Amino acid sequence: MSAPLILSKSAPLIAAMSARLIPSPRVLKALRRSLLQAIPTVLIIVILNFFLLRLAPGNAADVLAGEAGAATAETMAALRARFGLDLPLMEQLFAYLGNLAQFSLGQSPRYNMPVAELIGQRLPNTLILMLLALGGALAVGIAAGAVMAAFAGRWTDRALSVLALLFYSIPGFWIGLMLIVLFSVKLGWLPSGGAETIGAVHSGWDAALDRARHLVLPTVSLALFYVAIYARLTRGAMLEVKAQDYIRTARAKGLSPAAVTIRHTLRNALLPVTTMAGVHLGGLMGGAVVVETVYSWPGLGRLAYEAVMGRDFNVLLGILLLSSLIVVAVNALIDLLQATLDPRIEVR
Amino acid sequence: MILFRRSARPGRKLRALALGLPALLATALLPLAATPASAEPTRGGVLRFLVEHEPTTLVTIAHTAGPSTRVSPKVTEGLVTYDFDFKPQPALATDWSVSPDGLLYTFKLRPGVTWHDGKPFTAADVAYSIKLLRDHHPRGRGTFAFVTEVDTPDPLTAIIRLSKPAPYLLAALDASESPIVPKHVYEGTDPLTNKNASAPIGTGPFVFKEWVKGSHVLLERNPNYWDSGKPYLDRIVVRFIADLSARSAAFETGELDLGGGPPVARSDLARLQALPHLGSDTRGYEYNGSMTQLYFNFDNPILKDKRVRLAIGHALDLNRLLNVVYFGYGKVAPSAISPYLTNFSDPSIKPYAFDLGKANKLLDEAGFPKKADGTRFSLRLYCNPFNGQAAGDFVKQALAKVGIAVDFQFFDFSTYIQKAYTSRDFDLTLESLSNTFDPTPGVQRVFWSKNFKIGLPFSNASHYENSEVDRLLEAAAVEPDTAKRRALWTDFQRFIYDDVAAIHLIAPDGVTLFSKKVKNHTLGVAGINASFADVYIEK
Repeated sequence: MSAPLILSKSAPLIAAMSARLIPSPRVLKALRRSLLQAIPTVLIIVILNFFLLRLAPGNAADVLAGEAGAATAETMAALRARFGLDLPLMEQLFAYLGNLAQFSLGQSPRYNMPVAELIGQRLPNTLILMLLALGGALAVGIAAGAVMAAFAGRWTDRALSVLALLFYSIPGFWIGLMLIVLFSVKLGWLPSGGAETIGAVHSGWDAALDRARHLVLPTVSLALFYVAIYARLTRGAMLEVKAQDYIRTARAKGLSPAAVTIRHTLRNALLPVTTMAGVHLGGLMGGAVVVETVYSWPGLGRLAYEAVMGRDFNVLLGILLLSSLIVVAVNALIDLLQATLDPRIEVR
Repeated sequence: MILFRRSARPGRKLRALALGLPALLATALLPLAATPASAEPTRGGVLRFLVEHEPTTLVTIAHTAGPSTRVSPKVTEGLVTYDFDFKPQPALATDWSVSPDGLLYTFKLRPGVTWHDGKPFTAADVAYSIKLLRDHHPRGRGTFAFVTEVDTPDPLTAIIRLSKPAPYLLAALDASESPIVPKHVYEGTDPLTNKNASAPIGTGPFVFKEWVKGSHVLLERNPNYWDSGKPYLDRIVVRFIADLSARSAAFETGELDLGGGPPVARSDLARLQALPHLGSDTRGYEYNGSMTQLYFNFDNPILKDKRVRLAIGHALDLNRLLNVVYFGYGKVAPSAISPYLTNFSDPSIKPYAFDLGKANKLLDEAGFPKKADGTRFSLRLYCNPFNGQAAGDFVKQALAKVGIAVDFQFFDFSTYIQKAYTSRDFDLTLESLSNTFDPTPGVQRVFWSKNFKIGLPFSNASHYENSEVDRLLEAAAVEPDTAKRRALWTDFQRFIYDDVAAIHLIAPDGVTLFSKKVKNHTLGVAGINASFADVYIEK
């Protein structure tokens, strides 16, 4: 069995899944409940983050003055006043919450622009990188896992296991650098960084191709770790499912091995993989910091890192708020997806 | 990072040689014909310019971080620029004079200059900018502190009036340090939040086009530049690459044409310098006067004893520090003033001799004998992250040899600034305090007792107090006579050295990496922080 076969045969499965995702009253109720739970959760996250960040030594005024390489007492006072750092802590918190209540993430003192705008510029770049990496990792990982399970114990399985172990254990930044050395420096096939060829006037297909060329290496660097996880997970889950009675029944009915593997084994084995994928979507942001730094990718991960280094807390709070919202939303989605995959799971 | 080596197959090498031979002969025969062509600058081309970190602002009117000083002068010019001898050269000012008492600076301005938005450039802009610098610029508050008024008798004359002489003023007018900004854009606004900071309007050879945060800044050729025919480039793409290895790769693949700093790890420099398409230059960093210093906390009673401080001086082998930690890129700099500031640095000051016997003897005499475990006492060491962790490790190991146990703590930049200048819980700190273009703004702040200000970065965190040093610093700050002022600084350096007020270690080299096709990138002490009006790319 080969990977393309799985992909083509899984089309009906996806169609069936999306048919079930059309919101029924049951699903709508569940969504409403998630939303209601999300508000206090997010509020607690914001307040906790606010105090947590204040624990870091130094503030934005220190950093700006430090970077300037010179300062006077007057410049320091002016900077502190401008950033609101001279106010009592609780006053700063209420000011921030007040902003949030008006759907404003506040102003970045460091970049002198609204946080929402700063995040908005970077968000698409990170989303496309994260979704491509996660999607790619899922596709390749599940395919590899299915192959490993089908040939369990044989050399194909062994070879793929070793590969998965390697991807799992090699740090992302090192893979990133090695991919640059091989594909940019030595072979010259792909650019070593950035999101597009800056200054080149591309349009239409050329622009899309240019962006795609810049996406390849960062996506691969980010995805490899997750490919390894999904491959191992799928393999284990499939082997477990294969031993179930209903698989024997399906075989006994005279279904083709492919149908048994895809409709009965794989579908049931996908449950743990989707759970993990949901958890990973939040974690991918962490990986994105490293990959975005290595590839100079203008995304949110780098912005978060720079905000930490610059003690630009408004930006950091904004990013943390956004990521917590994404995690909450993804969790709700995964619940629904699982209910679709396994009707026995109740949507709460 | 050399993991894949290019495998040169012998066959390919021979073929390359066969192809190369006629070409070699041709170039050998053609130098006479080729020289005039290459001396004539060529118009056109895009310069891909690396700025190591993303700046927070594109104009250095109220902030002076390194990345901003790289970008700002391309768009926003200064009154003058400086050649390699710190001699002012005309820019927006064509002529200038200083009154003998040093209280009156008269500038004749260049006629026919327009801002990028079409409005004419006049003396009113200069007057307004000088006042902005005096009131908001981190260093300008010191440099222009004595400015009482800027007169504008006619649109092309600006006269700066001072209440006290400021002999460093004429050295502070580079575009990167004291930019001249349009009055009509700043008037009535807060210069710290003015939108001009992220979309600047200037008089410079390049016009700001776009700033995509996290990615790049795009600058386009100014077709109406006052120096007609210039700039030669069509466009500058300013790229920010945070990762050192990624920068190496981008230089290696030819995705970058120019960058400074050094832009890559010093351990990687030799490999890149060996590449046939890249050149390197260590000139053009003099305006910054980089230094690495070891400062003491004089509130620690152990360090109040001069013998202890001198022992630490004798325990450090500066040549070894230079070669091991800085890979040889720099100069040993034992004096309080950076050797790059050739007009002030005293070359007769030599490092404290590297002599462990002497160091041990001094520590014994000071009353700190070695205990049973081989140590005498312990000290906490901080290190400005700009110096890198290796510098701290070096000092720690060196001092262990004379029985000083060093507790070395390495922090990120913000934590370091807070710990060294606000909570001050260090005994020794390896600082990287640039001397700038003149010792009054660059060096005075460290040793002047009146600048002991808790919470102020780069102040006198040592808490060094000496009335003689104060007297010399205050006299040098207002001495208009060049020779007398130089003598004051010479006395100061000797005094600091004899008192072991600090141990001055290394003046690290800046290194510019460039594609060999890029010409005229370094024409004075400001190096790649210049306007780039003269830069061209050889076809």
